[in-house]
Amino acid sequence: MFKVLLSRFLQSVIVLFVLYTITFFLCKAMPGDPLSSEKAMPPHIKKVVEEYYDLNKPVTVQYANRLGKLLQGDPGPSIRLEGRPVAEIIGQAFPISFQLGVIAMFVAITIGIPAGCIAAARRNGLLDTLSMSVAMIGICLPSFVIGPLLAEYFGRKLEALPAYGWSSSNPATWVLPAVTLGLAYAAYLSRLTRAGMLETLSQDFVRTARAKGVPGWKILVRHCLRGGLIPAVAYIGPAFAGIVSGSLVIETVFQIPGLGRHFIKSIETRDTSVILGVTMLYGMLVILANFLTDVAGIWLNPRLRKSA
Amino acid sequence: MTHRALFLLPALLCLTGCQRETQVEVANREKILLVGNSSDPKSLDPHLVTGVIESNVIRALLEGLVADDPEKDNAYPPGAATHWEHNENYTEWTFHLRPDGKWSDGAPLTAHDFIFAYHRLLHPELGGPYAEMLYFIKNAAEYNRGEITDFEQVGVSAPDDLTLKLSLKEPVPFLPDITRHYTWFPVPRHVVLKFGKMTDRFTKWSDAGNYVGNGPFMLKDWRFNDRVETVKNPNYWNAANVKLNGVRFIPVENFFTESRGFLAGQLHTTYQLPPSLVDKVRATTPQFLRQEPYVATDFIRVNTTRPVLDNPKVRMALSLAIDRKLLCDNIMQGNTPAGTITPTMGDYKPDSVVSFDPERAKALLAEAGYPDGKGFPRYKILISSSGSRAAVEALQAMWRQTLGVMFDITSKDWGSYVSSQQSLDFDISLAAWSGDYLDPTTFLLMWTKGNGNNNTGWHSDEYERLLSEAAVQVEPAHRLEVFKQAERLFAEAQPILPISYRSRNYLLRPEVKGWHPLLLDNHNWGAISLEP
Repeated sequence: MFKVLLSRFLQSVIVLFVLYTITFFLCKAMPGDPLSSEKAMPPHIKKVVEEYYDLNKPVTVQYANRLGKLLQGDPGPSIRLEGRPVAEIIGQAFPISFQLGVIAMFVAITIGIPAGCIAAARRNGLLDTLSMSVAMIGICLPSFVIGPLLAEYFGRKLEALPAYGWSSSNPATWVLPAVTLGLAYAAYLSRLTRAGMLETLSQDFVRTARAKGVPGWKILVRHCLRGGLIPAVAYIGPAFAGIVSGSLVIETVFQIPGLGRHFIKSIETRDTSVILGVTMLYGMLVILANFLTDVAGIWLNPRLRKSA
Repeated sequence: MTHRALFLLPALLCLTGCQRETQVEVANREKILLVGNSSDPKSLDPHLVTGVIESNVIRALLEGLVADDPEKDNAYPPGAATHWEHNENYTEWTFHLRPDGKWSDGAPLTAHDFIFAYHRLLHPELGGPYAEMLYFIKNAAEYNRGEITDFEQVGVSAPDDLTLKLSLKEPVPFLPDITRHYTWFPVPRHVVLKFGKMTDRFTKWSDAGNYVGNGPFMLKDWRFNDRVETVKNPNYWNAANVKLNGVRFIPVENFFTESRGFLAGQLHTTYQLPPSLVDKVRATTPQFLRQEPYVATDFIRVNTTRPVLDNPKVRMALSLAIDRKLLCDNIMQGNTPAGTITPTMGDYKPDSVVSFDPERAKALLAEAGYPDGKGFPRYKILISSSGSRAAVEALQAMWRQTLGVMFDITSKDWGSYVSSQQSLDFDISLAAWSGDYLDPTTFLLMWTKGNGNNNTGWHSDEYERLLSEAAVQVEPAHRLEVFKQAERLFAEAQPILPISYRSRNYLLRPEVKGWHPLLLDNHNWGAISLEP
C-alpha cells in the first residue's frame, strides 16, 4: 500500500508540473494583452504597470519566476483585481465552490442512488421506466436550462427561494443552485447504480439467498448494495472534482461568488496568475479525488484489496 | 418509505428555504440600498481604475471638491469645498475647503490631502492608468511623463490647510464638473502612507477595515463577485442629511439574472435591462422601467488605413446607408439616432452630418469606384463576444440591401477585441464611448494623433488646430462654436460611423426616492432615501 501511495505521489508531482507548464505557455500564446482596457493606457504608464506585474521580462524568466513563487505557495498578484493576491481570491471563492459542490453532491447521492436501487429492484417495471426516463431527461437537459427555469418559478413567481445569491449561513440560498447542479449528477448516478445493482443481483449468491427465503429488501441492502455501488462510487470522486471546478454555469445563473467565475474572468482578461493558481488547484483536486476514489474502490472490492 | 422521502425532499427544501420577507423588504427596513453594479470593481483605489463600475462605489466612499447634484447635471453643489472662484480666463482656480471636513476616521481633511492625491496619481512610478484626467493642471502631463521631476512645478498649491489653488495649462471653464470625477478626489495621506509608500501600486490601504474616505459612506466589506457593502459615515460633513444606513453594490454580471433578481425582490435597482426584456417589462411591470439619456454613443470604428476604407466617400456611403431609426426602434431600444459622436450636452448641440439617405449613399459608393458594390472587398465587422450581434446583423443587411456590399461578422472575447483595435488589426468594429464629464472634449480629444483611444488610423491637422484653438478660448459660447466646427470636420471625414446615442435602460423600485435622471448617471448616494 505504501508503494502505491508513493508512486501516486510521484505521478501527481509530474502531472502538476506538466499542467503548470502547458497552462503557462498556453496563457502566453493567447491573443490579447492583460493590460488592455476600453480606455487605453498611455505607453509610459503601461511600461510601469508591465514592470510591476513582471510582464516586461522574457517569457522563460516569467515562467521560472512564477514557478519559483508557486512552489513557495504564492501564486502572485491578480492583474484584473489590481494587485490582489491570488491566494486571497482563491481563499474567498474556493470554500463557496466547495460548499456548493458538497451540497450538490449530497443532492445527487440522495436522489440518484435510491432511484437507481429502486429501478434495479423493479427492473422493467413502472418505477424503473419512470425513474430512468426522468434520469434521461436530467442528463439531456443542461443546467443552464434547468437553472433559470427553477429561478424563474421558485424565485420570481413563488418568491419561495432567492432567485440568486449565496450565503453560507442561509440555507435558503443553497437550494436552487444545489438542486440544479445536483440533478444532472443524480441522473448519471441513478443509471450507474441501476447497472451496478443489476449486475450484482444476477450473481449466484443472490439466487442462493433468494432460495433460502431472505427478504427482497435484505438482499438488496445487505447483500448487493456494497458491490452494486462500485460503478457509482468510481464516478463520485471525479464527479465531485468536476462539480467543484466546473459549476461555472450555476455560479453565473445564480450569482454565486465561487471560483468558476474568477476562472472564466481570468481567461477573458488574460490574468495569468489567476489562471495558473486556479488550474493548479483544480489539478490537485482532481488528483486527490481520483486517489480517494481508488481507495474507496479498494475498500468496496475485495479483489482490488488483494492486488493492492 | 424511500418513495415518500423522494417526494418529500423537494418540499422540505422549499419549506426550509421559504422566505417570509424579500431582501428588498428587509433592506427597506434597514435602510440599505441594493444596487446592481454589473461587475466586481477592479480596485477601490481611485488612482488605479478607469471604469464606471468602480466609480459607482468610489463615489460613495470619497467625495471631490464639488458634489454631484441629485437632480441636475449642470448644478454644482458644494462638496469637500464650500465655495470656489476663478480668474478671468479660467486658468487659476481657488477652492476653499470646509472647516468641518473630516475623514471617516475623524482626521481632518485638508488641502494637503488633495495635493497628495494629485501627486500620487501623477507620479510616474505609480502608473496610474487615468492620470491623463489631471492633465488640465499646469505641468501635470510633463511630471507624469517624467519630463520634469520636481512636483513643485506642477500647478497645485495649498496656501493654508483649507485652501487649494490650481493653475491650469489652458482655460477650463468646466473645471467644477471635472472635479466630480474620482481621479480628482482626495485620498487619505495618513492611511496610504501607513500601509506603504506613496507610489506603491497595491497596498492594504484600500482593503475593508483599512479604507478611510470622506464620502457619505464607509467601506464595511468587499467579498469578490458577491458584494461591496458600505455603511453610513458618521464623520461625513452632511451626515445629518444622509438618510440611508448603507449602500450594497452587487456585481450581477448576467443582466437576465439581475432582472430576475430585481423582479423577485432582491434589488432596488439594476445596472441594465437587456433590450429584449424592455417590451415585456413595459407590458407587465411598467412602474419599474426607466429609460433615460446617458452620455454615451454607439458607433462603428473604421480602420482608415485599410484600402477602400481609407476613402472618405466610402465611409460616408456606409454611414448614409444606416437606417438609425430602424435600429433604435427595433434593436437598440431606448437609444436615439446619432448624427455625430458627441451627444447634446447643455449648450453644446453639434450639427448632425449624417442621416439615412440610400440614394446619396449609392451615388457616393459609385463615385468611389464601386457602383452597386461591385469590386468592394469583403471586409469583417469585429464585435466583442458581449456586443450586440443583432445590431451588426441589421447593419450587415442594410449595407447589403442598399449598397450591395457584404461584411462578415467576427466575434472576439473582450481582451482580443480591445487588442485588435489598439493594434489596428481589424476592418471595422462595433464600439461605444461614454463621457467622463459634461464637456465635448471628453468625446473629441480622443481622435487626435497618437491618442490611445483613437484606433482608427485617422487624424487631421486642421481638426487638431481647431481643438487647440478652442482650448484657449475664454468665452464659453465661442469655445463651443469652435468645437462644433471641429466636430463637423470630424463627422464629414467619418472615421467613425455614428449609430446611436445611448439610453440607459434599467429597473428602479418606486420606494427609492431622490433618484433622478442624470446624463452621467452619477447619483449622489447621500441624497437617496428609501420610503416604502
